[in-house]
Amino acid sequence: MRRFVLIAIPYLWLLALFLVPFLIVLKISLSDIALSRPPYAPQLDLAAGWEGLKSFFSELDFENFTFLTTDDLYWKAYLSSLKIAAISTALTLCVGYPVAYAMARAPEEWRPTLLMLVILPFWTSFLIRVYSWMGILSNEGVLNQVLLWLGIIDTPLQIMNTTTAVYIGVVYTYLPFMILPIYSALEKLDGSLLEAAEDLGCSRLEAFWLVTWPLSRNGIIAGCFLVFIPTLGEFVIPSLLGGSDTLMIGKVLWEEFFSNRDWPVASAVAVVLLLILIIPIILFQRNEQKQREAEG
Amino acid sequence: MKTSLLTFTAGIALAAATAQAEEVRVYNWSDYIDESLLEKFEQETGIDLIYDVFDSNEVLETKMLAGGSGYDVVVPTGTFLQRQIEAGSFQKLDKSKLPNLENMWDVISSRTDKYDPGNEYAINYMWGTTGIGVNVPKIQEILGEDAPIDSWDLVFKPENMEKLAACGVYFLDAPSEMIPAALKYIGEDPDSHDPDVIAKAEPVYMAIRPYISKFHSSEYINALANGDICVAVGWSGDILQARDRAAEAENGVEVAYNAPKEGAQMWFDEMAIPVDAPNPDGAHVFLNFIMDPENMAAASNYVYYANGNKASQAFLADDVIGDPAIYPSEEALENLFTTTPYEPKVQRVVTRLWTKIKSGS
Repeated sequence: MRRFVLIAIPYLWLLALFLVPFLIVLKISLSDIALSRPPYAPQLDLAAGWEGLKSFFSELDFENFTFLTTDDLYWKAYLSSLKIAAISTALTLCVGYPVAYAMARAPEEWRPTLLMLVILPFWTSFLIRVYSWMGILSNEGVLNQVLLWLGIIDTPLQIMNTTTAVYIGVVYTYLPFMILPIYSALEKLDGSLLEAAEDLGCSRLEAFWLVTWPLSRNGIIAGCFLVFIPTLGEFVIPSLLGGSDTLMIGKVLWEEFFSNRDWPVASAVAVVLLLILIIPIILFQRNEQKQREAEG
Repeated sequence: MKTSLLTFTAGIALAAATAQAEEVRVYNWSDYIDESLLEKFEQETGIDLIYDVFDSNEVLETKMLAGGSGYDVVVPTGTFLQRQIEAGSFQKLDKSKLPNLENMWDVISSRTDKYDPGNEYAINYMWGTTGIGVNVPKIQEILGEDAPIDSWDLVFKPENMEKLAACGVYFLDAPSEMIPAALKYIGEDPDSHDPDVIAKAEPVYMAIRPYISKFHSSEYINALANGDICVAVGWSGDILQARDRAAEAENGVEVAYNAPKEGAQMWFDEMAIPVDAPNPDGAHVFLNFIMDPENMAAASNYVYYANGNKASQAFLADDVIGDPAIYPSEEALENLFTTTPYEPKVQRVVTRLWTKIKSGS
């Protein structure tokens, strides 16, 4: 009984916070746009009983999903978001891994302080931190002023309102999510394994590649997911730092929802985005499990 | 501690006086009121005022269509108001609670009648035009003394834009105003709902797209005032606020606003009460307060937008009532056009076109 309750909690959590909202979005994605409050039809009319339910389901259709295939905007936006998310994740890994590595190798009494420093930025609102990047990167901003003063450049660099600014913003914002899981994997690493590797004739680089890297793999995977998934649907960073030519699915969603008032198509875009995210994750986990079974 | 105790006692006294602590929630555009008016309202009426801001009609509209926004007074623009009335988002005004309605200006109410027949659902707050703001010294340095700052040529002619690009050009991120502007420039009907006519705006924008730094509907006030950009296609009062901020900062930036001579869009921001407003009575008190001539004048004097209140004109500052950029002459009014809301299918065409223009592909 107790075990059942324990298992039920995460499932209830998933049901309430994932499945129910998803079903609501799915329902809207099968409806049609209407000039009413809320702006779609049919509405589920429970008071009408069985008849109401029947007419509700008979009016649902997949029109909005077929519409998505008629305009290349959506595919371009999905692809461009995937590209931006993939590059950002790679960049975050490149920056985050050495930081995590250095933290894990630092003297033990320093580590809590270093950990604190990584977490510290979270105490400032995310929006304020993105706004400060606007102050740093803009044409009249700190970065350009310093570079001009040093004589490295003659005209201000146009970084603000470009995709470069989006990468900077994303890497900055999500860096802690990469550092923390890698750090926790590296911290647990048994130092004697490295000594053993060196005793057995590995160079330090080989030891890193053959021992440290594989053992931190779980941290890397967790970090990559934590960065990749939110970046794919990111809206705030590209709309504040990006230019108008930074095409991302979050922005397209916003426009369907707000400019077109087309909640059904917006919901269809969201459902497809979710499928794009979930299917690879499920495949990946299956693969991992198989590997584990093969090893065990 | 002492202050909090004082506020507490004051609160009790107030609660006793009004039977219960009443509050009104107002959702208005950013940078759109003299904030001392908010305090004045609380002092005069004893009603707590909760004041939030937005910077795009789309955000407001989504809240209205979703329902349950929790606001008592909202401020959509005419075209959006019309559609939201049709969707059933607003309640009719109880005119018996609005004695200050007599102060309103027929020149404006006859125009807003188009969006809200009989002005049954809303009162006019401010109105203005969509035109071009420039940093004058910079523009003259780049394009010469006779730069066409009073013409759409300035922003729609690629030769001009090519030279201005390095200095920075912002456009409003508001397709329902930017598409009509381009149509007017090429001599088409700016209020056309015909997708073939609307499509003619595309080449106009594509030719200048590489030279536009950003599409945004509120950042241009600061960007123009700081000298970050040279040109902003924006709303009249916002650009005049930028002019004022630049003058105060004495940073060598001199901003000027023009409603282009080829014709500019005239729009009306209207105050309305959502159908599910928690406190419609308080909302009426707020509307009546706003329509008081002195209060309305104070708001206009602060934000540099014209209002729809005839009686307030006696209290307007000379640089507001006397500025043709704010209160255009009769002939200039003739030159301004208005638009009507797009149907959903046409709206999709417009949004798609705008996305294409913004992404430049």
